[in-house]
Amino acid sequence: MNAIQIRTMAKDFILKEFLPGERPENLTDSTELITDGILDSLATLKLVAYLEKSCGIEIAPDELVPENLNSITQIANFVQSKQAST
Amino acid sequence: MTVAALHEYLEQSARRYPQRCAAVEASSGRQITYGELDALSDQVRDHLRRIGVRPADRVGICLPKSIASLAVLFGILKVGAAYVPVDSLAPPARNAFIFNDCGVRAIFVEASRAETLRCELARLAAEPCLLPLDWSDGPSPLATYLARVEADGLAVDESARPGPDNLAYVLYTSGSTGQPKGVMLTHRNGSSYVDWCSDILAPDENDRFSSHAPFHFDLSILDIFVPLKHGATVFLIGEELGKNPTRMASVIAERRLTVWYSTPSVLTLLVEHGRLDARDDHALRFILFAGEVFPVKHLRRLKAVVPRARYLNLYGPTETNVCTYYEIPQTIAEDRSAPFPIGRACSHVKARVIDANGRDVPRGQEGELAISGAPVMLGYWNMPERTSAAFHVDSSGRWYRTGDVVIEGDGGVYTFRGRRDRMVKRRGYRIELGEIETALYRHPAISEVAAIARSEESGVSIKVFYASRDGHALSLIELKRFCAHNLPAYMAPDWFSHQQLLPKTSTDKIDYQHLMRME
Repeated sequence: MNAIQIRTMAKDFILKEFLPGERPENLTDSTELITDGILDSLATLKLVAYLEKSCGIEIAPDELVPENLNSITQIANFVQSKQAST
Repeated sequence: MTVAALHEYLEQSARRYPQRCAAVEASSGRQITYGELDALSDQVRDHLRRIGVRPADRVGICLPKSIASLAVLFGILKVGAAYVPVDSLAPPARNAFIFNDCGVRAIFVEASRAETLRCELARLAAEPCLLPLDWSDGPSPLATYLARVEADGLAVDESARPGPDNLAYVLYTSGSTGQPKGVMLTHRNGSSYVDWCSDILAPDENDRFSSHAPFHFDLSILDIFVPLKHGATVFLIGEELGKNPTRMASVIAERRLTVWYSTPSVLTLLVEHGRLDARDDHALRFILFAGEVFPVKHLRRLKAVVPRARYLNLYGPTETNVCTYYEIPQTIAEDRSAPFPIGRACSHVKARVIDANGRDVPRGQEGELAISGAPVMLGYWNMPERTSAAFHVDSSGRWYRTGDVVIEGDGGVYTFRGRRDRMVKRRGYRIELGEIETALYRHPAISEVAAIARSEESGVSIKVFYASRDGHALSLIELKRFCAHNLPAYMAPDWFSHQQLLPKTSTDKIDYQHLMRME
């Protein structure tokens, strides 16, 4: 999966699950997901479970930190680095 | 063994078990012995004294949970002052309000947050002394700080000996008028509860306690003082680890924790997402929970995964801390879906059920639970009217009105029925819906707002209805962002619903009954 595909997938999932009714253009690649309160801790766990399943990666408990998941761009970079290491 | 002041628990254990491990930071594995923790908090005490902190002053704590914050807390008590803990991740303006309201003389603050806090305090014309601890200096920021400010680190002074009725800590809770209010608690309030916990849990120096709740949350009183009284070890679970169920489950198993205490939400998270069931190496003797109703479905699953532990439902508002308790039976009937009762009055309190006029309500009928005895707060900081409104006083004593509607059943067992007012509990935190509304009214585009709470099988959810000045719905991202920067995370609404106008009653007030019926 390339970065664009991962970004699209993560964005679609976040819009559908956590931002029902939001205009897609309001969620940008740099929108702060955790620090701006869009993903709470439970939502973060749901997103991680989704990424693991659909990208075929396993995310270690220690990797559940805002630095890896705070924006669509960070999520895409993180998922790609996981895919590259497996 | 009872004490006049809470820090005596630590001092006595340090004499008895100087080499035993007092506390462990569960994520980093750093630990400290009783002797070291006692000495470190002595240094904090001496430093505070040197900068002018006196008995009966207040000192703020705005730090991540750590060995440093634990030593700071004891240092503040040892100087005879009261500690005022806040959520270091909460909006700085809210924390500044609390510190200013309470008139703290000094604040221990994480260095990276000091400047923002200073600016917010300056807006309120408050200038307490800020004592910054810098974690980028290394894993022992408090020792580093003390080494920098002290000529020598040797503790020479004696600890203060405050009386049992002196203030020990002030815990701020959500306030209905939009600003948090400070619950004033004394050494006796804390120690009467800690001693009750000793009777119930019968801990010894081999116990290993969790400390999941943050220090500004009243669950922390058990976590901090009960293990340290008995020479046991407390495992400090910080903000990040506390949200990570898989890692928490590893800590419980690998660290052989014997007593776990948290909200039901956290336990549910552990069962649902923590793969707790994959491990059978638990040493848990007790699983304690408080702060909200535990849905029976999740409790049943937890009991199946950790069958050997005893389960206690603890109940009580911050104003009294735990005042009733109920032990969950060994087996839960298959067809049970009703939540368990909050139970009997603890031995250190008296409880009764009263009506609006303070008259006793016959057993079996709904009424308000009122509590008197050693753990009941002094009052609300700087709010004499709110304080007197919170109490019913008659010839039998001074009774704190909990605002919780209960029914007394057989054997003095109380069952929770609901609230008298607009306070709700979600994930263990009490939230005044009015505080959410007040925060959202500060948004320039919002003209009307009403928050309601709904009880669902998965717990309580908060829904906000709002109308905007231009009649258009606001971006959900913008609303969530605004809440993240103006409310503590635990108060963030779950749902937002835009309306052209909010429904009104005949007296032109917002019609909450109507809103409750809207989907």
